[in-house]
Amino acid sequence: MSAGKETILAVLVNWTPYILKGFAINVFISIVSMALATVLGVVVGVGQISTNRAVRSVCWAFTNFFRNAPWLVLLFYCMLLLPFQFRVGGVAVAIPDWAKATLGIAIAAAANMSDLVRGAIQSIPTGQWESAESLAFTRRQTLFLVILPQCIKRLLPPWMNLYALVMVSTPLCAIVGVNEIMTVAADILAANTRHDLLIPVYFYILLLFFFYCYPIARMTQRLERRFAVIG
Amino acid sequence: MTESIAGWFKHLHERTGINLTVFYDAFDAARFVAGVATTIELALICVILSLVIGLGGVIVQGSRSRLLKAVVNAYIQFFRNTPSLIQLYFFYFGLGPLIALPNASGQSVPLVSNFAWAAICFSIYAGAFNIEIFRAGVEAVSRSTVEAAEALGYTRLKSYIHVILPLAFRYSFPAFSNNMVNLTKLTSVSYAIAVPEILYASSQIWSDALNVPEMMNIVLVSYVLIVSVFVYAMGRIERALRLPGVGI
Repeated sequence: MSAGKETILAVLVNWTPYILKGFAINVFISIVSMALATVLGVVVGVGQISTNRAVRSVCWAFTNFFRNAPWLVLLFYCMLLLPFQFRVGGVAVAIPDWAKATLGIAIAAAANMSDLVRGAIQSIPTGQWESAESLAFTRRQTLFLVILPQCIKRLLPPWMNLYALVMVSTPLCAIVGVNEIMTVAADILAANTRHDLLIPVYFYILLLFFFYCYPIARMTQRLERRFAVIG
Repeated sequence: MTESIAGWFKHLHERTGINLTVFYDAFDAARFVAGVATTIELALICVILSLVIGLGGVIVQGSRSRLLKAVVNAYIQFFRNTPSLIQLYFFYFGLGPLIALPNASGQSVPLVSNFAWAAICFSIYAGAFNIEIFRAGVEAVSRSTVEAAEALGYTRLKSYIHVILPLAFRYSFPAFSNNMVNLTKLTSVSYAIAVPEILYASSQIWSDALNVPEMMNIVLVSYVLIVSVFVYAMGRIERALRLPGVGI
């Protein structure tokens, strides 16, 4: 331990740019995996009400299997079983670790999203389907022009909830070896070798997540309340 | 019988290279079964503790004290909106060494084991969700029922225990069972502090036997099975608790 010992606050302030850089990686992973999960989730969710029996059962199986699997296990699955590179016309393209981890989170979130989408579609009164049919809309047109636009409003609060869940799950990537905020924390603790830093560093990171996720939670609550009156 | 199963899996390994050591190697099998047992034990302990936290929290939220309500609310919001992995690290690495006693040779030995920290941490996390869930259930109890209890001379606490909570628990059971399923899945995070549950036990097996794909699939299927049994059990409890004429 050095003679001129910095105060804990000074250490945290000095390391803040580095911590924020780590946090930015978490935000990045969460946004990319949420985007993937939204697209995949909507496709699979709509697939769950398909008229084709095979499509319906595949989508149902995907949703329920991955909804029942822990996120960390899915992360391990993607990390360890995806190849570390693939070949495109003789050129080896490496798949970075963070991309695999992002995919792992995205699959888990997509299964949740799929269930939300199915729930939202089924919450639309059947009268909507029937009146669209009587106006000579095809099933596809009904779905895309009548049903799904109404679902967006219902889906927004749970979708935001899911995003917050994805965000608080991103530190799991550190367990499978992706560099993000937990790696940063480990770096700080290793560089300072001080036991009294453990609690402040972890608490600081907890606060960062809190100030990122709490506004989302508040907004979700407000939207839910607002839509509850109309819906 | 068991020998023929083991023989078949050994044969499978020799013929196809699919190495499912947990089915023919006694040591790996014991490790894996212990892992499954640890996961189930951890999940059950957390379910009970988080249920207690949820019920206690909702009673406190129904009290008249502003300060108590604010404290409970702050607790809920903080734990809901922060990553459970970092909470676990905070408890285990941050608080763990502080709660320690020196042993005979002067080294400090933590009083709370990693398993216990995982149980505490996940219970607090899931408990925060439970309070919110039960509060929604309490709000669903009709006003006239509460008034009837008051008219019969129940105190605030007694009416909670004998009238409101039994009804609210039934109203919020679907959300509660959903949260408990999430809690069961969350137990895998205790891998990070080396609690020997399914994932950790399997990681030890695959680093010995180098059968990552096989073990990974076994882990995934085991979790899906455990969670499915759990979902089924919760469904049974929900039906058993149903009051005719009351409910949604």
